[in-house]
Amino acid sequence: MIFLFFLIVVVLVALWVMGMYNGLVGSRNEVRNSWGQIDVQLKRRHDLIPNLVEAVKGYMGHERNTLEAVTKARQQAIQVTGGVEERAKAENALSQTLRSLFAVAEAYPDLKANQNFLALQEELTSTENKISFARQYYNDAVMRLNNKIQMFPSSIIATSFSFKMEKFFEVEAAEERQAPQVKF
Amino acid sequence: MWELVRANQRRAATLVVLMAALLFLLGYTLGEALAPGAGAGGLFVAFLVWIGLTLVSYYQGDSIFLALARARRIEKKDNPVLFNVVEEMSIAAGLPKPPDVYIIDEAAPNAFATGRDPQHAVVAVTAGLLETLNRDELQGVIAHELGHVANRDVLYMMMVGVMMGAIVLLADAGARMFFYGGGRRRTSSRSGGQAQLIILVVAIALMILAPLVAQLIYLAISRRREYLADASSALYTRYPEGLASALEKISRSTAKLGVATRATAPMYIVNPLGVSPRGLADLSSTHPPISERIRILRSMGAGAGLVHYDQAFRKVTGRAVGVVPFGALAAAETRPAAPPGAPDAGSRLERVRQTTDMLWRLNRYSFVPCACGTTLKFPPAYLGRQIACPHCGTVHKVQPTAA
Repeated sequence: MIFLFFLIVVVLVALWVMGMYNGLVGSRNEVRNSWGQIDVQLKRRHDLIPNLVEAVKGYMGHERNTLEAVTKARQQAIQVTGGVEERAKAENALSQTLRSLFAVAEAYPDLKANQNFLALQEELTSTENKISFARQYYNDAVMRLNNKIQMFPSSIIATSFSFKMEKFFEVEAAEERQAPQVKF
Repeated sequence: MWELVRANQRRAATLVVLMAALLFLLGYTLGEALAPGAGAGGLFVAFLVWIGLTLVSYYQGDSIFLALARARRIEKKDNPVLFNVVEEMSIAAGLPKPPDVYIIDEAAPNAFATGRDPQHAVVAVTAGLLETLNRDELQGVIAHELGHVANRDVLYMMMVGVMMGAIVLLADAGARMFFYGGGRRRTSSRSGGQAQLIILVVAIALMILAPLVAQLIYLAISRRREYLADASSALYTRYPEGLASALEKISRSTAKLGVATRATAPMYIVNPLGVSPRGLADLSSTHPPISERIRILRSMGAGAGLVHYDQAFRKVTGRAVGVVPFGALAAAETRPAAPPGAPDAGSRLERVRQTTDMLWRLNRYSFVPCACGTTLKFPPAYLGRQIACPHCGTVHKVQPTAA
């Protein structure tokens, strides 16, 4: 009788550990999967930028500094090899330069009437949005995983199977949220 | 987010079991009442009706629904902005793939989502919606629809709807059998006596009440799903004002959606059949009143999470119990609202022009640009070899397109 009771307790504990472990693995996979989604959109942006620079070159030749800043930021973003934090930094810098490019483009009516430019602007704006929504989802996934790792009782399972906390993909600073100020 | 989906699944299972019990009880008593001992047969019939309806709606439900709404599938080149918005929102909702996009050629602004699971999801919008809303508002509406997809509302509403359909069908069939064959049965089963009489009374009561109860359950669930999809929309876009102002614009439109019927009405973002002039929702409406939905979204303050929606819901409706399931609420983190980064995609006039051009193209109209800035559009049935510009009089040569 006591043996049976003991057996039931052991089975229940085993099931509970299994559930916790699977939950942790699920959260970790979700983080990886959502990081992949960010990666896809970042690559897409890198691919779109040369077309954009090509399209605007003829119209805004004397905005060379702005164009070069975009090209340089793109180079740096492609070359960066590092963790989430370094990539986030390089990509945020690229977002900044793109934003000032579109702000400067406002001053060129011919350019704003160009169908090709408009299509590229829509694609890039949407890619920016996709990056930020993917980042939003990624950060949520990271928070769920980190919560499970830190909170009792799942923290016991997490430490014994050495689950690692993941880093957030941060938006650089408060000013990144604001539109750039352009003075003519 | 996952907690919300899971809480939904539990609720769905409970209610479906409840309605199944109602259905089988109805089947059994109807069988017993028609002929003593035929209760098992009644059960069997109820089961068959249910399985049949479920199979049809599971595999064919979305295509039947899209055909009823006269929706047409479009590609990315037909409307890049709409496609981008759908892709953005499916990323925010964490869907495995962006849903297919369909367009309905109607002036009334409205939208719906269908498909039994996120892999087979479809979102459809009317031309009127594209013309009326700016990009932020469109994002709010698409996020609401994808909220239905991510929360598995489509499957859930389908299961509950099928249950309701089966109960109504069975009650109706039972009533007909009593009406036409009642007298004969009663004489042959006089030996049953009092027990038979009780069964008969219960059967008649169930026949009247079961469809009513089923419909009330269905409508209550439908309204609740709308609130939850609004909450999901705010969570995905982090910008409740987008959906609020979209709902405001939609409610101001006077155009009626011709392709909607009573059966398909619960699927749309706002009731396509119009609401009562008082704007009040009662037990018989599929959607909560729009004014209330707008007020909830606008009183979310600086937050965009499920918690904020739940608080705003309780404040606006004065109800003690919120709309977000408890499990999901406990797991939800607080979320700050953020203004959207995308610029406005043109004026209303531009959107109208883009949308009508898209519809012309879908109908295989040919476009000829004229040097004076006019674009000539003519139907595929046009047989002439040349066409004159109505503005400058230049005559353009035309290749006959009709095969």
